[in-house]
Amino acid sequence: MMTTLRTKVWPVLAVLVVIIAAWYAAALLMNRTLAVEEAARKGEVLTTGAMWLKSYSMDKPLLPAPHQIVTEIWNSTATMSITSKRSLVYHAWITLSATLLGFGLGTVLGIALAVGIVHNRAMDKSMMPWVIASQTIPIMAIAPMLIVVLNAIGISGLLPKALISTYLSFFPVVVGMVKGLRSPEIIQLDLMHTYNANRSQVFWKLRFPAAIPFLVASLKVGIAISLIGAIVGELPTGAVAGLGARLLSGSYYGQTIQIWAALFVSSIVAGLLVFAVGGIERLVYRMMGARPEATA
Amino acid sequence: MSAIVVIILALAVWLGSWALNEYLVRLKPAGPAAERQIGFAVPAIFGICLLALWELLARGLAIPEILLPAPSIIIEAALNALPIIGVDVWQTVFKEVLPGYAIGCGAGLLAAFLIDRSPFLKAGLLPLGNLVSALPIVGLAPIMIMWFGFEWQSKAAIIVTMIFFPMLINTITGLAASGHMERDLMRTYAASWPQTLLKLRLPAAWPFIFNALKINSTLAMIGAIVAEFFGSPSVGMGFRISTEMGRMNTAMVWAEILAAAIAGSLFYGIVALIERKVTFWHPSVRGGQR
Repeated sequence: MMTTLRTKVWPVLAVLVVIIAAWYAAALLMNRTLAVEEAARKGEVLTTGAMWLKSYSMDKPLLPAPHQIVTEIWNSTATMSITSKRSLVYHAWITLSATLLGFGLGTVLGIALAVGIVHNRAMDKSMMPWVIASQTIPIMAIAPMLIVVLNAIGISGLLPKALISTYLSFFPVVVGMVKGLRSPEIIQLDLMHTYNANRSQVFWKLRFPAAIPFLVASLKVGIAISLIGAIVGELPTGAVAGLGARLLSGSYYGQTIQIWAALFVSSIVAGLLVFAVGGIERLVYRMMGARPEATA
Repeated sequence: MSAIVVIILALAVWLGSWALNEYLVRLKPAGPAAERQIGFAVPAIFGICLLALWELLARGLAIPEILLPAPSIIIEAALNALPIIGVDVWQTVFKEVLPGYAIGCGAGLLAAFLIDRSPFLKAGLLPLGNLVSALPIVGLAPIMIMWFGFEWQSKAAIIVTMIFFPMLINTITGLAASGHMERDLMRTYAASWPQTLLKLRLPAAWPFIFNALKINSTLAMIGAIVAEFFGSPSVGMGFRISTEMGRMNTAMVWAEILAAAIAGSLFYGIVALIERKVTFWHPSVRGGQR
């Protein structure tokens, strides 16, 4: 316990402290000129102390200080009813629901396609090169397109954003699952053969369990990229609701604190999602009979 | 043509090409050359089949061009607007992506070398780096535009923040990839830290570094295009996509997406090609040259 504290927790804390300190210093440097100019317009001359205070408490600073962002997050989550249009919980929920719907769809589709690819040689040969090639394409460029097109045929709201998330999380899952379903070695497949196992038995008893670690790794990539897809998907329709909309409206009106608050909340959401996938990973491994890792 | 005929025709095209592919993969190729030809023909047939279906359905069912233009219309739009697309590619790829990519990858590599000697910093930065890699950093775009203006600098800045940590993490992992025996051998040679780094640990790290370079090539394109949605000089691929979308000029949007896809694949392909030359000893490369 003490060793984990020394080798794991301390370094991270130290780096975090350095980052926050650097942040405050940068905020002072970047906001100073703005603060001085604003005071000069009112005909005031700021003392050093007043300038510091001012730099850390501006309405539209160039770089808000961390405590300003935390205050903004607190004000727009805890002190507001969650149905309010200004509540970040409301916007985070909108983005999160699109993310989860898209991620779920993408995972199911990806697994289905991977199963097809592993069992049908024609599908493997004809689709795999395209799946791999599509990874190199900046898929995000299609996002605004998809949103506007679906809007034009009357589909709006949750589904178009979810489709972008689906599209983005789909490819990592296909690639990972194909790799995973093929990971059993020939000896193991031969053993199944000696048992006279049919294809579905080989699949459920050997291939699928063997693919789980690969699937989980893909899911971690997929969930992060799904969230990014949902946020980007909220940009082109003129920002109605969601974290991406908060970013966009913040950038229209120069509300830097609002932008940073939305960014922090989306980071928290991303962290929670990755953490949740990690938790599912541990749960699945335990159900499959893996021993807990020896504590070094 | 009535809709039913079109759908039956489309089904016929689809089933026909599928049957052709099923036949092709069951062939016993005479030699490696024939095998390679089949390996090329099967995905090509699949791609052509998709394009044919798209063209057939878009035209036959008279889908409005705003929703889904046929491939032929997209190609025509792309050819007609070649100068504009060229200018956009120049702005986005050469003025935004490449500088950002070079700075970000260079900074990540350099930072990895610097903190390589400090286990404390490594233990502190790695978990953070892993977390940051999962964050929607692209959301920083409006801030970067506020700080660095509408020109290429803001896009390069967003790219640098997006790709720094993947590079850092992969390089650190790669630098730890050389074996104990090999490092001990370098010690018996009384090799200095830079010598060990250059002659042993960096070569062993190349596969990891190239992995990051490949991931980052895609990330950099995405970063530049999305950042342009937030604001840009009146040129660039992201800018063109969002403005043409606003004008409901869907064919032009698709043409621009096509250009982005080609540019992205080329970028990735060039990095992958350099990887094959540099890490010629790696099993995945040797295996691929059968």
